[in-house]
Amino acid sequence: MTSITLRVNGKQVTASVEPRLLLVELLRENLHLTGTHVGCDTSQCGACTVFVDGASMKSCTMLAVEADGREVTTIEGIAAKDGTLHPMQAAFKECHGLQCGFCTPGMVISSIDLLKRKKDPSEHEIREWLEGNICRCTGYHGIVKAVQHCAKNGGAGAVGDATKKESTNA
Amino acid sequence: MENFVFHTPKTVADAVSTRKGTSGGKFLAGGQSLIPVLKLDLAQPTDLVSLAGLKKELSYIKVEGDELVIGALTTHADVAGSDVVKKIIPSLAVLASGIGDAQVRNRGTIGGSVAHADPAADYPAAILALDATIKTDRRTIKADDFFKAMFETALEDGELITEVRFKKPEKAGYLKFNNPASKYAIVGVYVAKYGPNVRVGVTGAATVAFRLPDFEAALAKSFDPKVLDGIKVSEEDLVNERDAKADYRAQMVTVFAKRAVEAAH
Repeated sequence: MTSITLRVNGKQVTASVEPRLLLVELLRENLHLTGTHVGCDTSQCGACTVFVDGASMKSCTMLAVEADGREVTTIEGIAAKDGTLHPMQAAFKECHGLQCGFCTPGMVISSIDLLKRKKDPSEHEIREWLEGNICRCTGYHGIVKAVQHCAKNGGAGAVGDATKKESTNA
Repeated sequence: MENFVFHTPKTVADAVSTRKGTSGGKFLAGGQSLIPVLKLDLAQPTDLVSLAGLKKELSYIKVEGDELVIGALTTHADVAGSDVVKKIIPSLAVLASGIGDAQVRNRGTIGGSVAHADPAADYPAAILALDATIKTDRRTIKADDFFKAMFETALEDGELITEVRFKKPEKAGYLKFNNPASKYAIVGVYVAKYGPNVRVGVTGAATVAFRLPDFEAALAKSFDPKVLDGIKVSEEDLVNERDAKADYRAQMVTVFAKRAVEAAH
């Protein structure tokens, strides 16, 4: 077992894990942050996308020990402290950017990453960026509209409660 | 996934000696190929030697003389977004921007991709066409000596890639016909012009990346896609599977070579 310490959604987490434990398993099974989904488990669908040190990554294709000392933000960590939806979440709601909702956490995280890099992406750029996120309901039309809506209404803004300093043990 | 011992060295020398001290260890860079391999139990290393602690030492993009020099731990996203790469070898930025998807590009590294030598990876075509040299902890390996077979390279057991050096071409282009889900190349062709010489690197079509001397000779005479029309690509060594048969891949090599010449700048 290896001891790791990381910040998850602004909170410091210390855990003792097997080196083979995947980051997504740490999040879902140890920390009970089940908003991050496992769709394909083969690095293709993007349902497990989270931020690691501010860049979107597939948590099914990263070991928990690789997140030692890093800052992880999941879908649970992007809304404001008072529960107000993150602008991207609000845009997905407004534009019907979800059907069954399974791919949504990954879609939202990836879309925020895109707007952090490009303030006003074209439809083509949005579709290209979201290649790593698969919606099996094929609801891409609403998803693309949501990203455009968010971009046109103030952008993705800041993410979550990263200022909190509480500690928990997993 | 079988368990393993996880190591976190801080320097190249530490990483190499740590790896040497294991009975069946592997280096772990971005892990975008290796972790899927481990999940399928296709490899069961005793130890994983993480290279994350070497990031500062081995993540850089710079120009030295007529070479573009990229540190082994530079991510695909960094290569794709680099103004230096876009200026010196724009086709290489195009290649990097088409690897996997955004999340994979945020984590996958050039050194990891080259060492893994997936027959359908993009970088091998660039290594061959751009006459790259691969620097390791102990020596320098020429592009033409590097890729040996499917997932096999000239790297010795425990040898670590530290840097890849690409020769700046007069102009070059890369295009691929990719699998719609994984973005891996069914066929990818990189064409690079160096004065009177042309180099053509092909990935995806066979079990290992290769050059096409017939295409190179024809394009050296005239850098025009039309000169490739009459040249037959042998199907013999090409991958023949349900998704894309060997005869189809052979045709796609020509099609994408022509498009790469057209796109070259």
